[in-house]
Amino acid sequence: MSGHVVPVWVYIAIFLALLALTATTVGAAFIDMGPFNTLVAMAIAVVKMLLVVLFFMHLRSSSSLTKVVVAAGFFWLMLLMAFTLTDEFSRYWTETPSGWGAATSAPPSSR
Amino acid sequence: MTDAAMEHTAAHPRFLAHHFTDIEQQFEAGTLGMWLFLITEIMFFGGLFATYAIYRLMYLSAFEAGSHLLDVKLGAINTAVLIGSSLTMALAVRAGQTGSRKALIVFLILTMLLGGVFLGVKAHEYHHKWETGLVPGFHWGPTEEVHLHPEAALPHVELFFCYYFFMTGLHALHMIIGFGIMAVLVWQAARGRFDGGYYSPIEVSGLYWHFVDIVWIFLFPLLYLIGGRY
Repeated sequence: MSGHVVPVWVYIAIFLALLALTATTVGAAFIDMGPFNTLVAMAIAVVKMLLVVLFFMHLRSSSSLTKVVVAAGFFWLMLLMAFTLTDEFSRYWTETPSGWGAATSAPPSSR
Repeated sequence: MTDAAMEHTAAHPRFLAHHFTDIEQQFEAGTLGMWLFLITEIMFFGGLFATYAIYRLMYLSAFEAGSHLLDVKLGAINTAVLIGSSLTMALAVRAGQTGSRKALIVFLILTMLLGGVFLGVKAHEYHHKWETGLVPGFHWGPTEEVHLHPEAALPHVELFFCYYFFMTGLHALHMIIGFGIMAVLVWQAARGRFDGGYYSPIEVSGLYWHFVDIVWIFLFPLLYLIGGRY
C-alpha cells in the first residue's frame, strides 16, 4: 500500500507546534507592532499551513506529480492575490485622465 | 475480458478497480484527484480572501472596529479544537494504514465530536451576534456594543460582518459536509470495508478535513485578530 506509516509522535509534535503557534499569533495581536501585526499574523498562518500540508496531508511523502500540482495551485492563488492587490495599491498613483468622469477620481477612504 | 481475468485474487484484491494496474497506481490517482478538487476550493476561498483584502484596505477602521466585536477567546478555543480534530483525523488515516478497524472507528468518531464542538461554539457565537444586532441585512442595529465600542457605529462595520458571516458560514458548511463524510466512513469501517489495508477513501477524506482546517487557520487571524487589541 502506498504511503509509509508515520510514527504517532510526529503527529503529536505537529499538533503541539500548531497549538503553540496559535498561542503565539493570539499573543502577537496584543502587541503593538504597527503595520507588522498583519505581516506577523500571516507569516504564522503560513507556517501553520505548511505544517498541516506537509505532515498531516502527507505532501512530504507524496509523489512529485502531486507536489507539482499543489505548488501550481498555490502559485495560481498568489497570482490572484498579487495582481488584485497591485491594482488596488497603484490605482491612485497617477492622476485620473480628464474626461474619465468624477466617479472614478477619488480614492474611497474612511481611514 | 474472460471471467477468469475478472476474478479477485491476491494480486488483484477486491478493492482494486480493474482499470488500474496496481493498488499503488489507484492510490496515487485518488490522491491526485482529491488535491485537484482542493485546488478549486483554494481558488474558491481565495477569491473571497482577495476581496476581503481590498475592502479591508478601503475601510480599515471599520474592519478593525468589527473585529473588536468578535470574541478572541472563543475564536482561539475553536482554533485549538479544530487543530485537535486534524490530529485525530491524521491518526484515523494512520489506523487505516495499519489496518486497525477499532482505532479507525474511534479516531473518526473523535474527529466528528471535535467538529461538533467547533460547530457548537460557532452556533453560540452566531446566536450572540443575532442578540446584539450584528447580523447584516437580517438583523442589523448594534445594541449594547455601540456603547462599549463607539466606532462600531461606523457605516462599513456592517460590511465586515458580511464577510464574517459569509466566510465562517462557508467554512461551517464545509465542516458539516465533512461531518457527513465521517459518518459514512464510520459506517463503512464498521462493516469492514477498510480491513486488509485499503484506506484510500480515508486518506482523501483526511485531505479534505485538513484543508478545511487550513481555511480556518487563515480566517482566525484575519477576522478575530485585526486592528490590535493592545
